[in-house]
Amino acid sequence: MSTPSGETTYYPEVEQSERLGAWSGKSVPRKEDKRLLKGQGAFVDDLWMHRQGHVHFVRSPHAHARIVSVDVSRCEAVAGVYATLTGEEVGLLQQPFFQMAPEPAGLMKDYCLAVGKARYMGEPVACVLAESAELARDAAALVEVVYEPLAVVVDGIATIEPQAPVLHEEIGSNVAWHGLYDYGDVDWALEHADHVVRIDRLHFHRFSSTPLETTGALVNWDPGTGVVEFRSNNQMPMFAAMFIGPAIGLGVDHMQFSSQDIGGGFGIKITSYTYLTALALLSRKAGRPVKWSESRWEHLVASAHGNERTFLDIEVPVMSDGTILGFKVRAFDDAGAYLRYEPLGAVIWSQVVPGNYRFKHVRVDYTETLTNKCPVGPNRGYSRLQHLWLIERIVDVVAKELNFDRVALRKLNYVQPEEFPYETPNGCIYDSGDYPAMLDQVLELIDYEGARARQLASAGSGKRIGIGIGSTLDSGTNNFGQSRIINSALPFSGNGEAAVVRLDLYGEVTVTIGTSPQGQGHETTAAQVTADILGCSPDQVHVVAGYNKAANTYVGFSGTYASQFAVTGLGAVMGAAERLRGEIVKVGACMLGAEESDIELADGFVRLAANPQAAIPFIGIAATVFANVAELPGELADSVTLNCRYVYRPPFTVPDHETKRGKLTLTYASQVHAAVVEVDDETGQVTILDYAAVDECGRKVNPKIVEGQVHGATAHGIGAALYESFEYDADGQLLNSTFMDYHAATSLDVPHIRTGEIECPSPFTPNGAKGMGEGGGAPLSTIASAIEDALPHGAHIVYDTHNNAERVYELLRSAAAAGPRGVEVVSR
Amino acid sequence: MATEGAAVHVIDVTVNGVPHSTAVPARRLLEHFIRETLGLRGTHIGCDTGNCGACSVICDGQLIKSCMMLAVQADGCEIETIESLGDGPDGLDPIQQAFKEHHGLQCGYCTPGIVLNAKTLLAENPHPSEAEIRRALKGNICRCTGYVNIVRSIEAAAGAQGE
Ligand code: FES
Ligand code: FES
Repeated sequence: MSTPSGETTYYPEVEQSERLGAWSGKSVPRKEDKRLLKGQGAFVDDLWMHRQGHVHFVRSPHAHARIVSVDVSRCEAVAGVYATLTGEEVGLLQQPFFQMAPEPAGLMKDYCLAVGKARYMGEPVACVLAESAELARDAAALVEVVYEPLAVVVDGIATIEPQAPVLHEEIGSNVAWHGLYDYGDVDWALEHADHVVRIDRLHFHRFSSTPLETTGALVNWDPGTGVVEFRSNNQMPMFAAMFIGPAIGLGVDHMQFSSQDIGGGFGIKITSYTYLTALALLSRKAGRPVKWSESRWEHLVASAHGNERTFLDIEVPVMSDGTILGFKVRAFDDAGAYLRYEPLGAVIWSQVVPGNYRFKHVRVDYTETLTNKCPVGPNRGYSRLQHLWLIERIVDVVAKELNFDRVALRKLNYVQPEEFPYETPNGCIYDSGDYPAMLDQVLELIDYEGARARQLASAGSGKRIGIGIGSTLDSGTNNFGQSRIINSALPFSGNGEAAVVRLDLYGEVTVTIGTSPQGQGHETTAAQVTADILGCSPDQVHVVAGYNKAANTYVGFSGTYASQFAVTGLGAVMGAAERLRGEIVKVGACMLGAEESDIELADGFVRLAANPQAAIPFIGIAATVFANVAELPGELADSVTLNCRYVYRPPFTVPDHETKRGKLTLTYASQVHAAVVEVDDETGQVTILDYAAVDECGRKVNPKIVEGQVHGATAHGIGAALYESFEYDADGQLLNSTFMDYHAATSLDVPHIRTGEIECPSPFTPNGAKGMGEGGGAPLSTIASAIEDALPHGAHIVYDTHNNAERVYELLRSAAAAGPRGVEVVSR
Repeated sequence: MATEGAAVHVIDVTVNGVPHSTAVPARRLLEHFIRETLGLRGTHIGCDTGNCGACSVICDGQLIKSCMMLAVQADGCEIETIESLGDGPDGLDPIQQAFKEHHGLQCGYCTPGIVLNAKTLLAENPHPSEAEIRRALKGNICRCTGYVNIVRSIEAAAGAQGE
C-alpha cells in the first residue's frame, strides 16, 4: 500500500530472533512471587531514613476559591513540627510546571501547591512536616487558611459557555485544546449513504483504576551533594524528571529516582510529580528526609482520575448492505483543573481512529476543557477506550435501528484478516489480527445460541437477559511524535527503552532495565528471553528488581506505561543479551582455539558444537575477562566488557502536525469480549451471568502473565461499567471519596472470566509480541451492549458507560414513556 | 491539641509466637503497631476504612482488619501476620505455593491479606466451593488480578490439602 505521494507506508521488516523458544512462550512461575507472598516486598511505605519527618498536606475544602491568607504560626509552634511549606513560598521557589499545550492553555501556571487560588476540592495548599504522621496531621489542623469561595463549574461542556467562571485567568477561557481531525470525506459519505443514523449524546464517565497502594514517597534533598533522592512509586520517573527539574532548578544528574515494588499503577501514578516537587522543596527547607503516604481519601480526591468525555451530534453514514462508511462527532474531554499529562489525551485516541473497523470517513471535532474537578491522568486504556466505546455504541445502535444482526454487522465492517498490515485513514498501521475469528471464538465461549434461547425463554419472567459484544484495541508502543499533532513545538518523537545484560565476576548473568514495573512480571519475562539467548535457565538470570536511575540504565522514555514492555523493554533486553552473547562467544572461541562459528551456548556453558565435551562454564569466561586479564589477548581485552547495553528504538518517523497523520503506535493488540447479563425488570440491577474475553497480543512471552493482565483489565472495565464512578455535586464536592462509597469491584462483583486463545504475531517487533495490558476497555462496550440488548422495545439507547441500577431502571421505564430515544434515522 | 490521645498504655501481645510487652499510645492503630512499632512490613494499608483488607491479620484465630482495631484492644491477643507463614525466610507454605503456581498475584500489595484470608477460610472449610471462596474474599480488594487466579489458587490449595 502507498500514500497518495507514493511512499511506502509500512515499517521495515524486522528480523525476528530465532533463539527464542526454550523459555519464551512458557508460563514460567514468576521470580517476583516469593518475596511478595512472604510479605518481603519493598513498597514505598516500607522504606525509611534516619531523621525522616512525616508529611501531611493541608487541602482545600472548596472546589474553587481564592486563597486570602495562610497562617502557619500556630502549627509551627507545636513541639515536634519541623517545618511547613505554603503556596505563597512555592510561588517564589518554583517555576510553573512545563506545559505541553500550545498557547493559550500553555500559559497555565501550575504549581505543586495552590498559589493564590484553589481549583478543585482536595487541592493541596500547604504541607506540614513533623516527627510522626499523627503529629503532622494534628498540627496541620492548626494551619489557618482563609478562603473566598468562587463560582464553580463541573460540567465539561458548560464550562466553555461565556458565563462559566474561568479557572485560569492567564488562559482566558476554560478551553485546554481544540482541533479538528478530519479524515476521508465525511460530508460526501453522509450525502451518499442510504441511511444516516444520528445519536444525540453519549457520555463516558469519570473513574479510576485506583491502585491498592496509594501514592507515596520518601524524598531527601542532600544538602552536601545537592542530589535529591526520590524513592517513590512514580511509574514514569523520567517523565516526572522532565517536570520537576526545570520547576525547581535541578539537573537530571541531581535527581535520583528509585522504586522496587509498586502496588499497582495503571497510569494513575504517572502524574505524582507535583507531590514529589512539594516534598523536595519541603526536604530542602527542613534539612531532613521527608516521608509521605497518601491516604485513600487523598488518593480519591486529589491524585488523578480517568478522562471523562462527552460525544455530541454523532452522525453515521450507512449503506443498505450494512457497510458503515464512518462517522462524525463533536467530542468534549473534561481534563479537570490542571493539565498534568494533558492535552496528550487529545491526540492519543487517534491511534485507533476507526477502531476495529474499515471506516474510511471520520471527522472528530475535539475540545478538551477545564473544570473544578481533580486533574485527570492517563488511566489504563487512556484516551483510546473512550473513543473505542463510542465506536462500539455506534455499531450496536446502527444494528438495532436498521435491523442488522450485530454479529454479522461487525464481521462485515471489521478490518479483515487478509488486509493486515492495514493502514487507517490517519496513516496508522495495524500490524496483525483476526477479529472475525476472535468474535466466533468468544461467542462460542458464552454459548451464544444457548444464551439467545435463554433470552427467549426468559420473556415475561421479570428477569431480562441481554447479550453484549465489545471489540476494542490496545495500541502499544507509542510514537511520542504524536505530541506534535497537539503542539508542533514539542521536542519529542519516537520511543525507546534501555537494558544492560552483563556477565558478572563469578559468571552470574545480571539484567537491568529502565522500566518501573507494578506487577507485570518484568523480572520473569526478561529472564526468559535472556535465558533463551544465552543458553541458560531463567533461574541463572538475575533481573534487578525495580527502577533505579543510578544503578540501572535508562533513556528519556523509561518507565512502565502504555502497553509496551513486551516490545520496548524486552526488545532492549534481547538486544543487550545478543551483544553479550557475541562477547561470550568471542572469548570462548579464543579460549577453545576455535572459530566463533563453531561455538554454541548451552546449559550455561560455552562449548564446541561438534564436541560438547570441550566446554567452558560462564564463570570461566567471566574469570578470564575480569580476573585473569594478563592471559587475555590484547584485541579481546580492548573489545570485550561483558557489560552490554542496548537501546531498543521502534522505527518511527515524525507524524504530520498539519494533516494529523502518522504512525502513532507500533502494535495493535485486540480484544473481542462477550457477556450474558440479567437485568432485573423491577430494580434495574444488572447481574453478569457469563463473561468471556478473547484477547490477541501477538506472540506471548509468558501466557499466564498475559492471561492475568486480561483478567485485570477486564475487571477494571466491569467495575467501571457497573460500580465505579466519581460523582461530583454542583459545588464540586466529590461525593464518594473513600472505599466505603467509591465501590472498587470485589470478588462478588467480578464474575469468572473465560479466556480464549489466538495468536497473530506482529511482523514489526523483534519477538513477534505486541504490548498489552491496558485492554482497550472492551468490558465497557460489552456491558453497555448487553444492557441495551436486554431493554424492552422502544427504550432509550444506552448512552453512558456507567450503568448502575438507577440508570438502568430509568432506561427500562423509558420504553413505556415513549419519549425521545436519543437516536434518529434518516433513510433515502 | 497535639498531645490529645498521647496517653500511653502497656500491652502484652504475642505476634507470630513472639511475646511483646510494649508501651503504645492509645490512638495507635493495630496496623501501625504491627508495621511501625514491630517493623513487620508485610501487613499493608490500602484504605484505612476497613474496606480493602490489605491490612488483614489473624487475631486469636480470626481474620481481622488491623486498621479497624486499636493496638490497645489487642492486649492479651495472639496475632499472626504474613511473616509467620512458610518455613524460614525462603520457604513457602502450601497456600503461598499455590498462589505462585496459579499466578494468584500481580503487584503483590493485596497478597499478604488474601493469603491470610485463604488460610482462615481453609481452616474452617477445607473444601470450599467457588461461591464460598468468592464470598470469603469479598472484604479483600485486589485491583490487579480480577480475582480469577486468586480463586484458582485457593481451589488448588484446598485440593492439595485434601491429598
Ligand atoms: S487498610 Fe484496613 S481494610 Fe483497608
Ligand atoms: S495483586 Fe495487586 S492488588 Fe492484588
